[in-house]
Amino acid sequence: MTRMHITTCLNGEEIDFLCEPHQSLLHVLRDELKLTGTKEGCGTGDCGACSVILDGRLVNSCLTLAAEVQGRSVETVEGVAGPVSQAGTVGLHPIQQKLLEHAALQCGVCTPGIVMAVKALLDREPDPSEREVRYWLAGNLCRCTGYDKIVRAVLDAAAELRNLPEERQPA
Amino acid sequence: MTCLVEIPTALRALCEGELQVQVPVGNVRSIVRALDERFPGFREQLGQSFAVAIDGELIHDPWLEPVPAGTELHFLPVIAGGQETQVSVNAAYAAPEDVEAAVALLAEAGSQGRVLAGGTDLIVQMRTGQCSPQLLVDVKRIPALGVCELGTEVLRLGAALSSAVLREQPEVRRVFPGLVEAAELIGSEQVQGRASLGGNLCNGSPAADTVPALIVADATCIVAGPTGMREVPVAAFCTGPGETVLGTGELLVELRVPRPPARTSDAYLRFTPRSEMDIAVAGAAARLELGDDGRCRGARVAIGAVAPTALLVPEAAEALVGSDLGEDALEAAAAAVRAASRPIDDVRAPAAFRTHLVGVLSKRVVRIAASRAAGEPG
Repeated sequence: MTRMHITTCLNGEEIDFLCEPHQSLLHVLRDELKLTGTKEGCGTGDCGACSVILDGRLVNSCLTLAAEVQGRSVETVEGVAGPVSQAGTVGLHPIQQKLLEHAALQCGVCTPGIVMAVKALLDREPDPSEREVRYWLAGNLCRCTGYDKIVRAVLDAAAELRNLPEERQPA
Repeated sequence: MTCLVEIPTALRALCEGELQVQVPVGNVRSIVRALDERFPGFREQLGQSFAVAIDGELIHDPWLEPVPAGTELHFLPVIAGGQETQVSVNAAYAAPEDVEAAVALLAEAGSQGRVLAGGTDLIVQMRTGQCSPQLLVDVKRIPALGVCELGTEVLRLGAALSSAVLREQPEVRRVFPGLVEAAELIGSEQVQGRASLGGNLCNGSPAADTVPALIVADATCIVAGPTGMREVPVAAFCTGPGETVLGTGELLVELRVPRPPARTSDAYLRFTPRSEMDIAVAGAAARLELGDDGRCRGARVAIGAVAPTALLVPEAAEALVGSDLGEDALEAAAAAVRAASRPIDDVRAPAAFRTHLVGVLSKRVVRIAASRAAGEPG
């Protein structure tokens, strides 16, 4: 089978890759592009570990073919944090920082998917209710935390983002 | 000389409950053979794909790996969900930009071609081996299939329109609250971002949430094929589980939903054990038109997940039209719905429970549609 040449915008950067026509975006991200932040949980669209943002929409990368992203824009967890500062500290996004502060992860396999799902939510709705957060995250399975700490972290991150002055808002 | 083998949890029953066994040293192949002699079936149950850890060092492809005396060996069988989830087929991919090109591709591929819209059903089916098409025709780059346009007489919904886009149209939600609430019940946010209305219909699931809602809305399917366009009423589109009226080379292009008359509204309700990420055990949709006197002037009731396809139930509508929508009329409609349903027993519910549920849901959904038609909030 002929491999396809795909050009796409990945985390703000124009990139090219080759893929099999039936290869999932998840496998291209992990195996070809070596962006292993995006995880495979179920491979059937149930667990959300592979969540990425495609043209502004939250999607499961396991149910997206790599060939479909030609000319589109893909955001993965690798693009969420800011650059490393001169002091050597990583500029974590407030969503990531709050997940850490609230101890909202244990094994961490679901976390990249949660970060992307929460980013998609807060990009749309800066002030979600707890109920909205819980419904929005229904497609992200976490078997460690019981979700409560995740929900607290999300509400806290949302509050922090709302209070940040414009010039300090993450890109 | 021996080494210590830790028996994997999944194989402990086969190994008479042993947690650890001493086995003569050799290589991994000889150790598996020794274990298979002692516990017949060990080799088969372990499978071909596994890794081992020898004194904590992980070794992939381990068959010939030597296992020295005194070492501790762990087998790591492949966990389901790992390497089994690669799409195993060699399907080609095409993304035509107009309906004619898509139809030509599908006609040429015949039974080997499949339409790819959101992929939330198709890609899973390919991965589980339920289908193995040779050609995937991605229709999301065809502008006509992404239309969402509410005109003065009709709502036009492109077949590849995702639930996420549909939900963001406040005017569509105002006019068709039941249709939008059915669409937004499907799957997670991630699934909503991809799953299409047309896909929900073409997948032919008896439990599809949007189908009863489209039936009460009296939607028409616009189908393109090698010999031109044709129209199919949505109630006649699905012919059985996983089966539709689409023939070779045919493509669902659009759903056309007439704007309802004044003082008319719709609703959809389903029952699921979980509040999210679940499949309807039973579903019911209703569209109610009220007269100036508040009595029911027109009604359409449809049910899902209780027959091989979603069904329109005209007898339920007859029980409602002309009534004051009081308890007697609602009970008569529920009885008609129960009589029309032909559910199966399966893992999600016994048939008798489904029949009971669909009656309850139809009463509730009629009440909701009626209060919306009357302009009551909520």
